[in-house]
Amino acid sequence: MASTTPILQAKGLTRSFGAVRALDAVDFDVYPGEVVALIGDNGAGKSTLVKALSGNLDLDAGEIYYAGEKVELNTPSAASKLGIETVHQDLALAPHLNPTQNMFLGRELTTSGVLGKIGFLDNKTMRARSQAAFDELGATVRSLSGPVGAMSGGQRQAIAIARAVAWAKGVIFLDEPTAALGVVQTKNVLEIIRRVRDKGVGVVFISHNMPNVIEVADRVQVMRLGRSTATFDSSKTNMEELVAAMTGALDGAGA
Amino acid sequence: MTQSNVTTSVNTETSNQRNALTRLASIQSLQIALVLLVIFLVFSLLAPTIFPQWSNLRQIVQNVAILAVLGIGMTFVIITAGIDLSVGSVLVFSGVVSAKAMQALGSQGWGTALVGVIVAIGVGLLWGLLNGFLVAKAKVPALIVTLGTLGAALGLAQVITNGVDIRAVPKELSDTVGYGNVWGTTIPLITLIALILVVIFAVVLHKTKFGLHTYAIGSSEEAARRVGVKVDRHLIAVYALSGGLAGFGGILSLSQFGTTAIAGQSQTNLNVIAAVVIGGTSIFGGVGTIFGTMLGLFIPAVLQNGFVIVGLQPFWQQVAVGTVLVAAVFVDQRRRNAATRGASAKAKNSLTALWSKKQ
Repeated sequence: MASTTPILQAKGLTRSFGAVRALDAVDFDVYPGEVVALIGDNGAGKSTLVKALSGNLDLDAGEIYYAGEKVELNTPSAASKLGIETVHQDLALAPHLNPTQNMFLGRELTTSGVLGKIGFLDNKTMRARSQAAFDELGATVRSLSGPVGAMSGGQRQAIAIARAVAWAKGVIFLDEPTAALGVVQTKNVLEIIRRVRDKGVGVVFISHNMPNVIEVADRVQVMRLGRSTATFDSSKTNMEELVAAMTGALDGAGA
Repeated sequence: MTQSNVTTSVNTETSNQRNALTRLASIQSLQIALVLLVIFLVFSLLAPTIFPQWSNLRQIVQNVAILAVLGIGMTFVIITAGIDLSVGSVLVFSGVVSAKAMQALGSQGWGTALVGVIVAIGVGLLWGLLNGFLVAKAKVPALIVTLGTLGAALGLAQVITNGVDIRAVPKELSDTVGYGNVWGTTIPLITLIALILVVIFAVVLHKTKFGLHTYAIGSSEEAARRVGVKVDRHLIAVYALSGGLAGFGGILSLSQFGTTAIAGQSQTNLNVIAAVVIGGTSIFGGVGTIFGTMLGLFIPAVLQNGFVIVGLQPFWQQVAVGTVLVAAVFVDQRRRNAATRGASAKAKNSLTALWSKKQ
């Protein structure tokens, strides 16, 4: 890790839903060019943490720092503006729109001059830039003009990831990006994660797949019952240790 | 892990399925265009000396003009997966308020007419804003909101007039917009006005950011929201557009009929919705074209006209339109299911696959 300042850092994040403490004073950080895997059993608070760090959740307490500066992430747009992008589990693509339209949705390019001012779209440039983004990731998107709803799960995943990668300047969150994928597609996604990391972006990767986690992550952060309980260097850990930390068998020892 | 299953299904996918969904709207437009052509040819054969003559066709394009203006707004609304039942009532209410305003100004002259036009559009816009606000911000379902404003607008129109139609329309408006022609031709001016609006808003829908966000919201409101599309504001704008166009329809109707015709618009909303749906716009949102809506408008209009000419009871038109409507949605649904099933074997045997093999 070249940088000594985390690109994104959270201190003491707390959020309750009624009597349930979904996040209990959680600390979390990710450095530029680092892959951090976030693991934990169902209900451990992984997705809640990602929501909080991507501007989709109001916090009861806690502070968030982006590149060392304190920030407020109240809306997804606020996070996007900083360069934080998220690939949600449900991908959040508009099924009737084509890959290019999805890629640029909410950030459309308009033509130059007066027509652009009143909202005329520059489809040619957007198509070229989407194609470039897909090529860069080695994503095989067969058609840029067909609706994504008619494409396979792997292609849709590739489009969602390519969109996040194209706009993420600082951090990218991937919430179970391989859960619905086959062997080949999973390999592609892991390859994409490495490439994004090599560009200097911090990658946060949520997964239940321990071999994938160990393969791609630099660091593994374990969550349990709304707390971050342990951090492992992925080169010095193994599956048994991670599972033990997730299920609580290590409580008191690892933390 | 069920990874191996997923891999197989991905691998069996063929390029036949691509473009399937985007083509839906255009295919349906094509089919509807064919249906319209067949109807046209049948009536032309049955009544060659009357039906295909310009004097008769002129009447048809004059009759659909107001519905076309309403159809523009309705297409936008239905693409967002909404509905606007209030268009007919808003048309009447705007016409009434506009007629009242013009009455107060003496009912004559171009100045009065201009005020009437502005008042009608403004009043329609306000009803549309109310619809949009209730749908987007208060989260009341569009069906209920516009059912409510349908009743409220019509009721208020009757309260204002005591239920008696106002006939104070400037002669300048009825002579030109009402039943006048484009200077030097026999093309109805009202048709040209509607056509200009249709072209403008078709361009807005298909070429601009506003149009793209309309499709995006109808396709997946949540996806649009997450990427920062201002969904609430956009929905309000779309319902306001529908209301504003209904208001403009109000002044067109005043010009054409010379009266507020309070009781004359009870079926208008359903006729417009039927046209939009026949034209290939999905009531589930995300898909649709203005061109399709125009085709969808001409089917009932041509049928009505044709039945009268060939001496059939014109009531058969309603039966025919009802049948076409249900058939159109049925075909659309089947195709949509096939398309979203994507790689499944059934889809390959569907109309969609047959179509896409031709590319």
